[in-house]
Amino acid sequence: MAYKFPSDEWIKALRDMLNASESYQRSAKDWEGDFLFIAEPDDAYPETAYLHLQLYHGSCPGAAMMDLDDLPETEYTINAPFTTWRKVIDGKLDPIQGMMTGQLKLKGNLMKIMRYPKAAQEIVACCAKIPTEW
Amino acid sequence: MWHFVSPKIVFGESALSSLEEINISRALVVTDHNLVEIGAIQPALECIRKTGCEMLVFDHVSPDPTLESVELGTAVANDFQPDWIIGLGGGSPMDTAKAIWVLYERPDLIPAMINPFIKLGLREKSRLITIPTTSGTGADVTWAIVLTDTENNRKMGLGNRENAADIALVDPALASSMPPRLTADTGLDALTHAVEGFICTWHTDITDGLCLNAAREIFQNLPVAYEAAQADNPQQECYTAAREKMHNAATSAGLGFGNAMASLAHAMGHVLGSVFHIPHGRAVGLCLPYTIEFAARGEDPSRITILAEMLGIKGEKSSAGLTLAAALRDLAREVENPLSLEELGLDQKEFQQVLEKMVDDAFNDTQIITAPRAPSYQELEKLFLAAYSGQPVEF
Repeated sequence: MAYKFPSDEWIKALRDMLNASESYQRSAKDWEGDFLFIAEPDDAYPETAYLHLQLYHGSCPGAAMMDLDDLPETEYTINAPFTTWRKVIDGKLDPIQGMMTGQLKLKGNLMKIMRYPKAAQEIVACCAKIPTEW
Repeated sequence: MWHFVSPKIVFGESALSSLEEINISRALVVTDHNLVEIGAIQPALECIRKTGCEMLVFDHVSPDPTLESVELGTAVANDFQPDWIIGLGGGSPMDTAKAIWVLYERPDLIPAMINPFIKLGLREKSRLITIPTTSGTGADVTWAIVLTDTENNRKMGLGNRENAADIALVDPALASSMPPRLTADTGLDALTHAVEGFICTWHTDITDGLCLNAAREIFQNLPVAYEAAQADNPQQECYTAAREKMHNAATSAGLGFGNAMASLAHAMGHVLGSVFHIPHGRAVGLCLPYTIEFAARGEDPSRITILAEMLGIKGEKSSAGLTLAAALRDLAREVENPLSLEELGLDQKEFQQVLEKMVDDAFNDTQIITAPRAPSYQELEKLFLAAYSGQPVEF
């Protein structure tokens, strides 16, 4: 079954992938801090989408697509146009290179996230494993 | 989209003399005390003096540079107000100089905040010159800063593209008297940069040529440079030529991997350096054959096959990675470096006691993310065990 991106089903599929990933559990075992992924509108997708990922000590207790009015406070946000997210999820853009070149905009405690590069990579590796419908 | 960052590089015989062409008023020289003591950097200091500038030497840089030495050096810079900072020495002084420069320009930051995702806005107060005195680190041309967090016994991979030096002066005379062990260790460091820069997942068309040529030159010239370091007549032309080739290869490899990335041998080597204080080049060079064997047994060993072919390492195409690993071990043996941690003299009990921490730290080292074959936690543990015992990697 393929999951449409962005959607509540897609981000919940990512939650399940993370909770099944031993590599993620190991690399993020001390991690505390939720993420908000923001897919901005572009020629390929007309709306802004907000995907919330709860991350705590190597697990993902919750995930949901949110409305603008209900956005939670998160430690990190990553903004990018829809097409850039597609490149990341398709494995065509390394997310860390994307952040270094400004294609993905990361806000939050950068000092902390620099200590967990493998965890960040595992999140993306899990994204790439989700059968995605565009 | 990607970037290629490089200082202006002045290289070859008498490169140091180009200092006279730079308008310097106040130079803060960041170096290590041993280099001052043995007089190895005297020619460089003389060249800086000749510019007529006011010069202050900060030489409190330790072999695994610490946050404390950076903070101390920043205080010195704040007091002296240099318009140029000069990193003079091996990787430790040059990395320390980069960090001091950033914090001098940006007093609102602490070292751990130097990351590639922010705009630093450097070059308001000063600029940076790097002058390597060893042939290996590549820190003269990279923007990476590796510091040791002594509280957590962990290497910190920091840096931002902006903090690459403005000018790198790569003068082979400064490295011509390196002793044998340092020649071998730094040479294997440069080789590891070249190999990992070529095989890592962030390699590019622009960096491939630099890494490839550097690897070829190091295979050819490191044994001669090592011999030169022990010779009664080290000024023989064949020796000085090999030394110069190694000096240039180290900078080329630095440009190559610095604009791509390193890989798994660096992730493991960083941990061995912080836990056991093994010199960086010896640690990464020792790990490299094991990580190459591991990558060669992965789903797509094509980069390793290409590298082995381009280096002229003969063997079955299907086992190119294993042949390359054997060639790396042969070279390490030729320069009398250990092939395993046991041979290096590490106590097995002590090694086992810290194994879990080492695997944890290597698993979250920045260099692991570009490994051509990503190891699982268990595979990384087995790689450390293989590097300890010297057993080839067969998984």
